[in-house]
Amino acid sequence: MASFKPTKIPIYPKLGEKVTPDTLYWKNYKAPVQIKEFGAVTSIDFSPLAPHNYAVTASTRIHIYGPFSQEPVKTFTRFKDTAYSGKFRSDGQLLVAGCEDSVVRLFDVSGKVALRVFKGHTKGVHVTDFTSDCYHILTGSDDYTCRLWDIPNSTELTSYKEHTDYIRCGTTSKLNRDIFITGSYDHTLRVFDARVEKSVMTMDHSQPVESVLLYPSEGLLVSSGGRYVKVWDLLKGGQPLVSLKNHHKTVTCLGLSSNGQRLLSASLDRHVKIYNTTNYKVVHNFDYAASILSLALAPDDESIVVGMTNGVLSIKHRKSPEEKQEVAGKQRVRPVYRVFVKGRNYVPKKDDFFVSKPVKSHLAKYDKQLKRFNISKALDTALENRKPDITVAVMKELDRRGTLKNALAGRDEQNLSQLLNFLIGNVVDPRFTPVLVTATEMILDIYQAVVGQSSVVDRQLVRLQELVEREIDYQQDLLEVLGMLDTLFATSLPRKEVILKTSCILSINLHLVRNSFILYL
Amino acid sequence: MVEHAEIRMVRRGGSKINFREPVITNDSRFLLCAAGESVNVYSTSTEEFVHDLQGHTDLVTGVVLNPSNHLQVYSCSADGTVRLWDFMDGILIKTFIIGYPIYSIYVSEKHGGVVFVVVPMANYKSSELFQLVAVHLPRSGDQEVEARELSAVLCDVSPHPGAVSFGREGEYIAATKGLQLEVFFFKKQKSYRFSLKSGMKKGVKNAFTCVSCHPKEDCIATGHADGKIRLWRNFNQKKEYTYTTLHWHHGAVNTLCFTPEGTNLLSGGIESVLVHWHYTQENQKDFLPRLGAAITHIAVSPDGSLFCTSHSDNKITIIQSCVKVSAIIQGLVKGDGVWTDLIIDPRSKALVLNGKPGHLQFYSLHRDKQLYNLDIVQQEYINEEGLDQFEVVKAAFDARGDWLATVEERRKKGAELEINLKLWAYDKLTQSFVLNTTVTAPHEDRITGMFFSPSPETTMLVTTSLDDHFKAWLLADHSDTKGKLASYSEGFWSCDFVGGYHLLKPGCCSYSADGSLLAVGFQEVVTVWSPASWELLTTLSQPPGAIRDLCFGRLSCSKYLLGTSTKNQLCCWNLLTCSLEWSTPMDVSLLQADPLSENMAAFCSQSGSSDLFVFKPSEPRPLYSQKALCTGKVQHAVFAPRDQMLESCEERTQWLNRSQTSAQLTPLSRSLPQLLHTPAHVLPSASFLCAMFVRSLLVSRSSLCLVGWGTLLHSYFQVSPEMFDQVQVRAPAAPLKDIQRLVPKPILRFLGCVLRVVVLLQGEPSPQSENRL
Repeated sequence: MASFKPTKIPIYPKLGEKVTPDTLYWKNYKAPVQIKEFGAVTSIDFSPLAPHNYAVTASTRIHIYGPFSQEPVKTFTRFKDTAYSGKFRSDGQLLVAGCEDSVVRLFDVSGKVALRVFKGHTKGVHVTDFTSDCYHILTGSDDYTCRLWDIPNSTELTSYKEHTDYIRCGTTSKLNRDIFITGSYDHTLRVFDARVEKSVMTMDHSQPVESVLLYPSEGLLVSSGGRYVKVWDLLKGGQPLVSLKNHHKTVTCLGLSSNGQRLLSASLDRHVKIYNTTNYKVVHNFDYAASILSLALAPDDESIVVGMTNGVLSIKHRKSPEEKQEVAGKQRVRPVYRVFVKGRNYVPKKDDFFVSKPVKSHLAKYDKQLKRFNISKALDTALENRKPDITVAVMKELDRRGTLKNALAGRDEQNLSQLLNFLIGNVVDPRFTPVLVTATEMILDIYQAVVGQSSVVDRQLVRLQELVEREIDYQQDLLEVLGMLDTLFATSLPRKEVILKTSCILSINLHLVRNSFILYL
Repeated sequence: MVEHAEIRMVRRGGSKINFREPVITNDSRFLLCAAGESVNVYSTSTEEFVHDLQGHTDLVTGVVLNPSNHLQVYSCSADGTVRLWDFMDGILIKTFIIGYPIYSIYVSEKHGGVVFVVVPMANYKSSELFQLVAVHLPRSGDQEVEARELSAVLCDVSPHPGAVSFGREGEYIAATKGLQLEVFFFKKQKSYRFSLKSGMKKGVKNAFTCVSCHPKEDCIATGHADGKIRLWRNFNQKKEYTYTTLHWHHGAVNTLCFTPEGTNLLSGGIESVLVHWHYTQENQKDFLPRLGAAITHIAVSPDGSLFCTSHSDNKITIIQSCVKVSAIIQGLVKGDGVWTDLIIDPRSKALVLNGKPGHLQFYSLHRDKQLYNLDIVQQEYINEEGLDQFEVVKAAFDARGDWLATVEERRKKGAELEINLKLWAYDKLTQSFVLNTTVTAPHEDRITGMFFSPSPETTMLVTTSLDDHFKAWLLADHSDTKGKLASYSEGFWSCDFVGGYHLLKPGCCSYSADGSLLAVGFQEVVTVWSPASWELLTTLSQPPGAIRDLCFGRLSCSKYLLGTSTKNQLCCWNLLTCSLEWSTPMDVSLLQADPLSENMAAFCSQSGSSDLFVFKPSEPRPLYSQKALCTGKVQHAVFAPRDQMLESCEERTQWLNRSQTSAQLTPLSRSLPQLLHTPAHVLPSASFLCAMFVRSLLVSRSSLCLVGWGTLLHSYFQVSPEMFDQVQVRAPAAPLKDIQRLVPKPILRFLGCVLRVVVLLQGEPSPQSENRL
């Protein structure tokens, strides 16, 4: 005796992005933690020391947050105007920050008052950084100059005035204490050597430069400005390597993932794109709520911190593998070991006869109702299901049984509007259209008489109509495109020639057959 | 020439075993059933065929146990004889010649030496009226005796064997016909008639279908066409009879049977559920559902321990103690038709064809037994009339029997055609086929042919369809996804190539014996392709008439390609010279190649009967011919390998007189824009199509092709089909009538919906809604 055959749910090919190792890696972050700052977050910097606190520069303050704290661990508020570019020294002890009032301040991370104050710039300082020997500070300012300062006696060492516009970004070499790079709104990137009076290399970005980044090997330099991200080969004398145009607004910030394999760029278009650094293809994309001004990654990519123009700081932490297991383990109380082993380790004797238990098949709820021919109930159960493919499969099964009309009939306003809602959501999905159009026609047939009695149902019918009309318009547009393509194909095909050649006459089996060769494509 | 005496046509089996009610012997060891011109004896415990009782010269129409000797059985036949057999040894004991064709036979213990048979009424020439007669069997020692001592019992009875039943201890006999129940009492020699009103609510559904009498009490159970069962009591007078009604069946009650003690009543119908009514508590009933097909007969063993049910799919089910199916005797299932053609499974050498709805049956020709049933559709079968079911329409095996491809389709009235292509892999562990890939909507119209490549290196499948294309499917090696989906070790099938030729409909296709060439017949033109590169190598054409069958020669004749056309031509092309070798005017309805030799078989239909010719492609003279093989047209035939290896192969034919379905022709576009119309899963991979696309944009160098052997220049060469297509698609906004041609189906259906919503909400019928699409 055969058993009931359950309804087949067809497996549809998954549309959308492909699952790659990259998407798996970058999706493995928890839901973001959001912290509201006082103003636009212009700079974020991670401390290189173990807990990896990070300094967030926003408005006239610099907050230092711990890795998992929502509240700032420490706050520096002694700024007269907007602060810029709070940066940690490589030992994590000191923090330097520029300010709109042209003063550069150096703080002890544990203290409150500035240790040193560097005065000399005439306009706001947007760029500050430590050199790799830890004794000097690089600053870049809106007065078109960049300067090097000595920390111990807080004096200016050198000043370069080569840029012809605001200097808004810069970085120091981590390998050489004398080399640093600045980017300016005059579209150029300049590489300076502190031992030389003038810049040693100049590169033209052809857009105001917003951010620069040096690869750990320092052979490659990445700059961003306008919609472009450009990669330069420093070892070849600043030759442009790649120009990436994946954003549609100004790219404001660059970052490198911890292993140096992925490059991140953040833009005012609210996206963070992740590139593979071997082929510079976009491998992943994050969306944010507002334009992004600053971005930083914790060491080992433990968290991604993004600051936005609306003053919101968004922190995403990586999911830890232990946590996942814990959640799974907690949900189920495991039966004792004995239960599992029971009867399993019994070794059958040589001439034992196996009697297998009849396998009990488990049917889904709608299948149980279909088995009992409760068709309306089965459709209700299927509609409650979240997955439209199951609902559509049940509808298809009912249609096959010739009872779809009965199942759709006899519904009250609430039931009908639920049904219409489902149709509105799915009728134009090409996977479900054949079945759902049949169902729609049936519903129109059945409920023709009661149209106009319920405002809810009428509104839904109008929506359904609009939806279907729009779909028809789309299809017609597509047909037009197809027609155009056809003309293109037809014109691109060479003319066919028909040439006949009569060559010989043969007589086989009472038939005279002319042998002809036709030359054609 | 082979000697004619060696070849003869033999009927090998496939008889109906559900024609009449089977009989279980007193010891419940054997089951006897009428099967064609013989009575088959099966074992009830092992379901094996034991032996058959042969002797009748026409259809056996009834089998009953001899009530006076439980080792003997009576059988009656349309040849006008009743025969008495010893079924244990299979010996014919006596033959009683009645002289009229007999339709059914009844016996009763109380009436010794008498059998009751239904014969046509003698004085009516048209055999529309039947009578029940008692035949007194003469006691003589002869093998063959004439029994002429007939006495009519009831006139005007139904020839259906379930319509007559003996009552308690043979005191009365009940017969039904139409709307009438007639009970004849032997003591009183009087009959009473009870009739039901035809117009009870819903008309003629009241008709009696079967009758069964209680063995211990005065009670008659009758089944009706509307699914009701009536229990009649107190019927020994004309007026004060009573009946109670039981109703569960939604279709007609096909058969009724009381258990020997009378405690239970069994009924069955199209629902394929055996219903088990308790006689004293009528509202209590048990069910045995999903027996597979409509129940046609129910029989109970004399001790009441075994039930057996005959089903419409040529099956007898033996049920133990009303709950467990203990054995199934399955004959060759005759479904509604053989759409799949006759196929030989290369592994089991079984004949494969349509079986139960949605199934393929594997039938052993040598043992006349169904080996197993493969569920192709895998859906719950709903027993309801008028429902469009999925049917398996095509099936094909690859050369080694590792793969099975099936096509199932369902055509609803007014809706789109649903087609699924399924590929099944042979599983060595379970010794059966396991579903590997399902392709929904592989083509946009009916699939006309499906063939596997015979070469052992590549597993390739070609399907041709009425949508002007043929598609090649290849077993793709998904090595990149193997890591993730470890359970699917074999990979899946995907489309490799879509081919077409000038918007003509491909009708048939054939692979050469080594798989290096593929011939596809596009109406009048035969195209030859190379499956390795998908290049069109050559085209062959011939005097008018669409190609019906194509067949490559084998072994020494592999350079020949044979084709038959609808205009009475059998052509043989030589592929080395691309020229016609010979042709002959013959109306070949079927062409088959022997897979083991180079012989070909051609069936010709001439003046209502079919002829068979066996020939070698290299010589146009037939090796063997058989005139008037059978009446009617041969629809399917296949070479079947013998069990013992013999040099020649036997032909097996099966003819089913079915009319051919005509195909609807719809205009469709070329293969390249196909990729914009068609769902991606039924197309070759994007990389392949991309290359094709780019190539189509380039100016291709013209290549020389041979189109040989046309006495006429065909008209389709003069119109460029591409340009024609253009005209259609770019036509300006057409009136609604033409829209069908211009707009693909989904939009049409959408349009239908919108128009109706407009009409519903605005309340004014627009002129468009009148001629709704």
